[in-house]
Amino acid sequence: MAIAYDIAMKEARPEEDGSAPIVAVKNLHKSFGINKVLDGVSLSVSRGETLAVLGRSGTGKSVLLRLIIGLEIPDSGSVCIHGQNIAGLALDRMGEIRKKMGFLFQHSALYDSLTIAENVAFPLEHHRRDMSRSERGDRVKQLLAEVGIEGDLGKMPSDISGGMQKRVGLARALALEPEILLLDEPTAGLDPISSGEIDDLILKLQRERQMASIVVTHDLHSAKTVSNRLALLDQGKVVIEGKFENLQQSDIGLVKEFLKQS
Amino acid sequence: MSDRECAGVAGVNPPLLVQRTVPIPSVVDSVGRLANGFFEWFGSLGIFSWKVLRAAVTPPYEWRELIRQLDEVGSKSLPLVALAGAAIGIVVSLEARYSLSRFGAKSMFPATLVYSVIQIMGPIITGLIVSGRVGAGIGAELASMKVTEQIDAIEASAINPYRLLAATRILACILMLPLLTVATDGCGLLTGWFAQSLVEPLSFHQFIESGFRGATFNAFLPPTFKTAVYGLIIGLIACFQGMRTRGGAEGVGRAATNSVVLASLFVILADVVLVKFILVVFT
Repeated sequence: MAIAYDIAMKEARPEEDGSAPIVAVKNLHKSFGINKVLDGVSLSVSRGETLAVLGRSGTGKSVLLRLIIGLEIPDSGSVCIHGQNIAGLALDRMGEIRKKMGFLFQHSALYDSLTIAENVAFPLEHHRRDMSRSERGDRVKQLLAEVGIEGDLGKMPSDISGGMQKRVGLARALALEPEILLLDEPTAGLDPISSGEIDDLILKLQRERQMASIVVTHDLHSAKTVSNRLALLDQGKVVIEGKFENLQQSDIGLVKEFLKQS
Repeated sequence: MSDRECAGVAGVNPPLLVQRTVPIPSVVDSVGRLANGFFEWFGSLGIFSWKVLRAAVTPPYEWRELIRQLDEVGSKSLPLVALAGAAIGIVVSLEARYSLSRFGAKSMFPATLVYSVIQIMGPIITGLIVSGRVGAGIGAELASMKVTEQIDAIEASAINPYRLLAATRILACILMLPLLTVATDGCGLLTGWFAQSLVEPLSFHQFIESGFRGATFNAFLPPTFKTAVYGLIIGLIACFQGMRTRGGAEGVGRAATNSVVLASLFVILADVVLVKFILVVFT
């Protein structure tokens, strides 16, 4: 795991190649009724970079991802993808933006009436109508092989383990060759070995595809493994953002507490 | 030790006894909340309907899903509506024969059965049967997808869920209800004739000729095609209830139940309006 982390640190240093952020969130505010979830959050992610968003349960981490992909509309602030503010865009206009994004849901959100292969083929059937059925089938097999699933492609999501569901969810998220990858608690509910395998898989995919990725997690070990930078959210605000060493050197009480408890 | 004694020990005055009262909501509050919920529901339904309509008329169209839903709504409901139609036919036959005999109008039996089944019983029974089977099915299916984030996953994959899930189901209901009604009517007439034949032999040819004598298309087509409106109501309410579900398994159950209850209620109310409309326009 430590070796994998070092490789990630060496290979992805956006501050060195000076790439502009692909995803830029500025001063986001979001409330649900009287519950203020995000209170002025600003973050950015560049190509080839992985940002881990940490925090306790209920601090708005998943809401942040949902705002970025447009499943929620912010009360104020902006969500810029390639410089275009997408906050509040109409559904059909969001479609073109979303084709560049892949989203792995916390519980995978696989379509339970479709097989594993059909789940991964779903985005291709709707957006790659130029592909023939056999081309689509080959592409699905390739995607599933990339995430370590070969054979048993006719199984239903209820017939496979949680770890395999995550892998299928990841393969589906990668189907349209996204530039941006959003992962909501990718290791939630998994045993330590499966968590490690998912972390290694995310790292491998990031190294190969150089996407701008945001990983939301409460697992500090996972965050250290897969990310270049970490941001800690608390009470709707970014308490600290930077590399893991920055967090270790921080004097902020909450950060120390978080590192101690993790 | 009493409060006063404790206070003496502590050196402070004992607190006054405060009678705890539970506020009873006023009638005005209750009515206000009910009215608010009523208008909120209709407002949300209106917004949902607009989104579905926009999605339905904008390409790319989901033909494969539409065909799948036509099968789901149509062919899988056929045995149920056929059985219901058969039962109606027998019931109407028995009741009509008894009533007509009392007034010496037995010769009117074929026309009575035909008009009763095709104009009145067939459409409403088909609507209620389908609202139960299809309404509950669609409501539960979409609610289950909502609480497991599958609808969010569809939207995140840059696919319009209103087009893929709602528009296809609603259109399938609109197209299939008239056809299912024809099936209900057919089974009803067949079993009605059969029940009558057991008592007083009457050939099917004579029955049809007598029953449809003097009838025009205006007498039978509007009542059959009005069921397309029932289909719109059933599909729209079931999809709306399903796609706005919250609350896990309990929410799914509530969505399925509300889909059936509300769809059935609105089908009956629509029947009142449509019957009058048909009488005014087509008679």
